[in-house]
Amino acid sequence: MTDTAPRELPLQELDEVIIRFAGDSGDGMQLTGDQFTSISAALGNDLATLPEFPAEIRAPQGTLAGVSAFQVRISDFAITTPGDAPTVLVAMNPAALKAQLHNLVQGGAVIVNTDAFNERNLEKAGYESDPLEDGTLDGYRSYPVPMSQITKDAVAVHGVKPRDAERSKNFFALGLISWMYTRPTEPTMEFISTKFRGKELVIKANEAAFQAGYNFGETAELFESHYEIKPAELPQGEYTNVNGNTALAWGCAASGQLARLPVFLGSYPITPASDILHDLSELKHFGVRTFQAEDEIAAAASAVGAAFGGALAFTTTSGPGVALKGETLGLAVSLELPLVVIDIQRGGPSTGLPTKPEQADLLMAMYGRHSESPMPIVAPRSPADCFNAAIEACRIALRYRTPVMLLSDGYLATSSEPWLLPDIDSLPDIGVDFHTGFNGTNEDGDGIFLPYLRDSETLARPWAIPGTPDLMHRIGGIEKEDESGNISYDPANHQKMVNLRAAKVEGIDVPDVEVAGDPDADFCMLGWGSTWGAIDASVDRLQAAGKKVAHVHLTHLNPFPKNLGEVLSKFETVICPEMNAGQLVNLVRAKYLLDVKPVNKMNGVPFTTAEIESAALQAMDNS
Amino acid sequence: MTDTSTRTEPGDWATDQEVRWCPGCGDYSILTAMRMLMPELEVDRENTVFVSGIGCAARFPYYMNTYGMHGIHGRAPAIATGLAMARPDLDVWVIGGDGDMMSIGGNHLIHALRRNVNLNILLFNNMIYGLTKGQFSPTSEVGKVTKSSPMGSVDTPFNPMSVALGAEASFVARTHDMDRQHMMEMFRRAHDHKGASIVEVFQNCNVFNDGAWEGITKKGNRDSNLITLEHGQPIKFGADGELGVVVENGAAKVVSVADVGESAILIHDEKKPDPSTAFMLSRLSQGPFEPTPIGVFRAVERIEYASSSTAQLAMAQNDKGAGDLSSLLRSRGTWQV
Ligand SMILES: Cc1ncc(C[n+]2csc(CCOP(=O)(O)OP(=O)(O)O)c2C)c(N)n1
Ligand code: SF4
Ligand SMILES: [Mg+2]
Repeated sequence: MTDTAPRELPLQELDEVIIRFAGDSGDGMQLTGDQFTSISAALGNDLATLPEFPAEIRAPQGTLAGVSAFQVRISDFAITTPGDAPTVLVAMNPAALKAQLHNLVQGGAVIVNTDAFNERNLEKAGYESDPLEDGTLDGYRSYPVPMSQITKDAVAVHGVKPRDAERSKNFFALGLISWMYTRPTEPTMEFISTKFRGKELVIKANEAAFQAGYNFGETAELFESHYEIKPAELPQGEYTNVNGNTALAWGCAASGQLARLPVFLGSYPITPASDILHDLSELKHFGVRTFQAEDEIAAAASAVGAAFGGALAFTTTSGPGVALKGETLGLAVSLELPLVVIDIQRGGPSTGLPTKPEQADLLMAMYGRHSESPMPIVAPRSPADCFNAAIEACRIALRYRTPVMLLSDGYLATSSEPWLLPDIDSLPDIGVDFHTGFNGTNEDGDGIFLPYLRDSETLARPWAIPGTPDLMHRIGGIEKEDESGNISYDPANHQKMVNLRAAKVEGIDVPDVEVAGDPDADFCMLGWGSTWGAIDASVDRLQAAGKKVAHVHLTHLNPFPKNLGEVLSKFETVICPEMNAGQLVNLVRAKYLLDVKPVNKMNGVPFTTAEIESAALQAMDNS
Repeated sequence: MTDTSTRTEPGDWATDQEVRWCPGCGDYSILTAMRMLMPELEVDRENTVFVSGIGCAARFPYYMNTYGMHGIHGRAPAIATGLAMARPDLDVWVIGGDGDMMSIGGNHLIHALRRNVNLNILLFNNMIYGLTKGQFSPTSEVGKVTKSSPMGSVDTPFNPMSVALGAEASFVARTHDMDRQHMMEMFRRAHDHKGASIVEVFQNCNVFNDGAWEGITKKGNRDSNLITLEHGQPIKFGADGELGVVVENGAAKVVSVADVGESAILIHDEKKPDPSTAFMLSRLSQGPFEPTPIGVFRAVERIEYASSSTAQLAMAQNDKGAGDLSSLLRSRGTWQV
């Protein structure tokens, strides 16, 4: 602490704040945001985060394309989204201000690093005049802070070179924000010393910068007050902060244990799915074998091979990769082997918006293979729910011996939320038995193995793996005779097999949908996947405004829950917000002949609560 | 496990499925060689798996009484890689044609080879697309007239041995469908090799490319045009061993032994770590009309892929202990509410 006497500033209580840290991709904004999130989590706030990365790894410094941002919302009440618009923007350079200012709420606070607002940077950001002076910030509360300079001064005593000193300025920003929201300093100090262990100079510099930022808030007479956000009332228990991709990776590893099977992942790197490959590659001590294949086809094919060998097999990718895997997934449908395909959807077509979310692979998951090739589909609704969805996908794959598509997206993948850790013992047992004996007899009365003789309840075929004595058999993509599995071109048999494959998927035991909000409302919002948070939050707002509104959210998209048609038909009006051009709407209309109204958005940004709220209000007016 | 002491007979390896290749197809003799070899390998049927792609050749698994998967066109090496990784205890054979493995599946083939996955890959090369009724393939010669190349193919063909050697394959061999003993020997060597083995089998498609290999495999042509490579032996051929191979100016070349003297003849060394000489041998012949080597081009030891992967799993368990779900979920820090 400095020896300047702290000013007595009023401490103002807030119920929430939405902060967006924005800077150049080299400025360490993700780290800053992550750390602010951890401290707030430890304080008991509810929270949700939304990182935003540039598509290019090293976009030219100081340009709009190079801006990296991290939004975190912390609150003293339960929340389901990272918030529509930030109330505080920390802009480390002109490009960050330019790229992000329009997101800020009117009257919001902008904390800028004035040292970065030189002519060159202004030009790179495309500013013709200095936004700090030309009225650009009118209507916002702006706090100009010479972050680079103070950071340099603060770290100079440790003998850090000025060029390196500059790199600690994100910790200055973190210190300042920590002061503003009365976060304790110790956890960050601890974080710095663990994170940079072995690099003494870096530790000293970052600590000094962080402390300088904290002190600056206290002493600079720039701020009118500082704030406090009380802990949220959340269910009791132990929490961790998790993003969707990590939750999926953990769900895959957990499924291996719950099924008592070794896990195999065949994958080819692609944004925004690569982190699942990375995370699972770290879990070798769980018996997780990862295979970075030569392409997505090989990734899927290797998983099919591993499944034939008795592994719990996964392949992870994004839309372009699913397109490549299509033929192999058709093989898996025909072979009737368990396989989980994880698609982290991103904007398309083609390379599209590789770092931005979309929900536009639903129809590809449903129909994107040649011929009649039904595949179950599950979709998580929140980052933490990815863990459950992975287990559910595995349960279906194993029990019914079928490839299953799990549809997450770029939003769930990277955003995070507190997760009340489940009791491990309460997780379902999803194990199935390998087949080990004969299941039929030939004309001579000898025991034989019929690889396509189905279980009468699930219609699943027996899973007999190589190494099992006497059960040698051949499977393949050519149509198989019912029961024996021998090649068959018989027309009636093909019809039968098509019907059986369809009936097996249609018959999967899927829990009924529940109606959230007001079940007696005339108006309902239908959603699936990552729109859950925004729809849920908009239901709260609409109800607070006295509107009657219901919410039905799907985890299972194929087959649909058995009660879905009946549930939806009770509402006068159903709207369906989705990040595509109306794909779930098409499925529901086709299946139930219900006039569900589409609400679509495809600009690479998840729905805001306000957008859904206004779509709902409009639909209510029109009905 | 069944008792390995009860030796199997070739017939034990046959299935009840009717073999559906065209009468006279070279695939029959390959199948026979395989069924005859199996009892000699003293392996169990249930621990043997045949994986294939699509094509006439790729029907092979249906005819072997083992575990088998008839996959999709070109993808057998990738499917087999996953199987061999998940189940290093199995003997995994991969069967495919020249179209299957050099065209649509070329990528998977080279990667399986460079990774050195423990697979025995048999490439049935008939220089034609058989199953789709006779289009030119990536091994067909320039000028090949087929339905899809009525004026002759303008594609330069692949030489599968050169491709395999370029792809870092640790075991590379070639044989032909007219010589059962040699086939069995090559298959046995491929099986015994730990890592990826590829055996190119010159195979006659008597319907769409009949006699394509006759220039070298027909009895009367073998003396002059088949060079049988044998480890540690001078590379000589001809009715009386009068022809030989030397390396000159960075290339292999056929010479008269009398002209150069015995001592100048290249001694075949399949274990040479550097693949350059093997590559030169693979370039000796441009097609089935001139002296062409068969036998093992290269057999070197290199760490096998699945065992490397298994070693990492073991190392991780050693370092971190067996995976514990409860601590995994707490690995990024937790807090109490
Ligand atoms: C994705 C796909 N493309 C094309 C085909 C059609 N097709 C089947 S086999 C084959 C080529 C077969 O040639 P080869 O691999 O040399 O085997 P052969 O029949 O000669 O033994 C082709 C093009 C297919 N089955 N799948
Ligand atoms: S088409 Fe050729 S390769 Fe295929 S089965 Fe007939 S003869 Fe054999
Ligand atoms: Mg062929």
